[in-house]
Amino acid sequence: MEKKKILDEIEQAFPEKVLETSAPFGEETVELRPGALLKVVEFLRKKPYEFTMLLDLTCVDFPERDERFEMVYHIYSLALNRRLRIKLSLPEDKASLDSLTPLWKNANWLEREAFDMFGVRFEGHPDLRRLFMNEDFKGHPLRKEYPLRKRQPLIPLRKSP
Amino acid sequence: MPENFIATKFNHILGWARKYSLFHYPYITACCGMEYMSTACAHFDIDRFGAGWTRFSPRQSDLLLVVGTISQKQAPILKIVYDQMTEPKWVMAIGACAVSGGIYDNYAVVQGVDQVIPVDIYVPGCPPRPEIILDGLLKLQDKIQKQKHDWRWKKRKS
Repeated sequence: MEKKKILDEIEQAFPEKVLETSAPFGEETVELRPGALLKVVEFLRKKPYEFTMLLDLTCVDFPERDERFEMVYHIYSLALNRRLRIKLSLPEDKASLDSLTPLWKNANWLEREAFDMFGVRFEGHPDLRRLFMNEDFKGHPLRKEYPLRKRQPLIPLRKSP
Repeated sequence: MPENFIATKFNHILGWARKYSLFHYPYITACCGMEYMSTACAHFDIDRFGAGWTRFSPRQSDLLLVVGTISQKQAPILKIVYDQMTEPKWVMAIGACAVSGGIYDNYAVVQGVDQVIPVDIYVPGCPPRPEIILDGLLKLQDKIQKQKHDWRWKKRKS
């Protein structure tokens, strides 16, 4: 299957859900409207694409944008030996999207990480708790507004001599 | 025979005995652990300096080696390990992260283990080579030799 073909086929299948397709450095990327994720991913999991593997799922914070959180998904097709990147932009006041846990088990912890670090909510996630930070941690440390030197120690700290 | 003459000599011999029989407890959390392993094994051989016995129980050890990054979540555990050690005890912070937090000036990492427990000797380096860890050990031995030792069990007011 040619490079251009997958992107074109996604665009044809979901004309109103795809914002943009591109292939920077030969890495195929699809930008979707928020809310379109689950349908598109289900479509891509089926034949003839068989993107059956979720490689990574993460978030990027762009505080200067209106839709500041950009979710990035990397999926992989074992049948075609190809990768695909999916991006979605979310505004701060509505930072939530569909969970991929019904499709992939490993999405569970990846989504917990994104929730812990950025505060993005995943609807339909079975157990959306913090993954790395402790339960009492205030804020989301990878958001740009989190102060660089803010510490939340678990025990009272001594003064360094 | 003057009384103080005997007291200092006994202190000297206690220091000599203690500095050459350090049982260490390696608290390894990061990559500096590789350098510790190389220091402890036959090639560099920490046993030449009387610190060859690694005790994997803090209750049986008197030198705590903090090797690697201590995160905020790790700090209470380190404190418990230190409190479990019996007196006399010494602490060696090995590597930039244990000394000062190193490159990790962020939300997750304690900026030096001296914010959690008292530290006797700091070994810098990212990671420190085995030679500098041994050098730190020798300097700690000097410190132990010079310090005033309590040789009777002293009741501490808690």
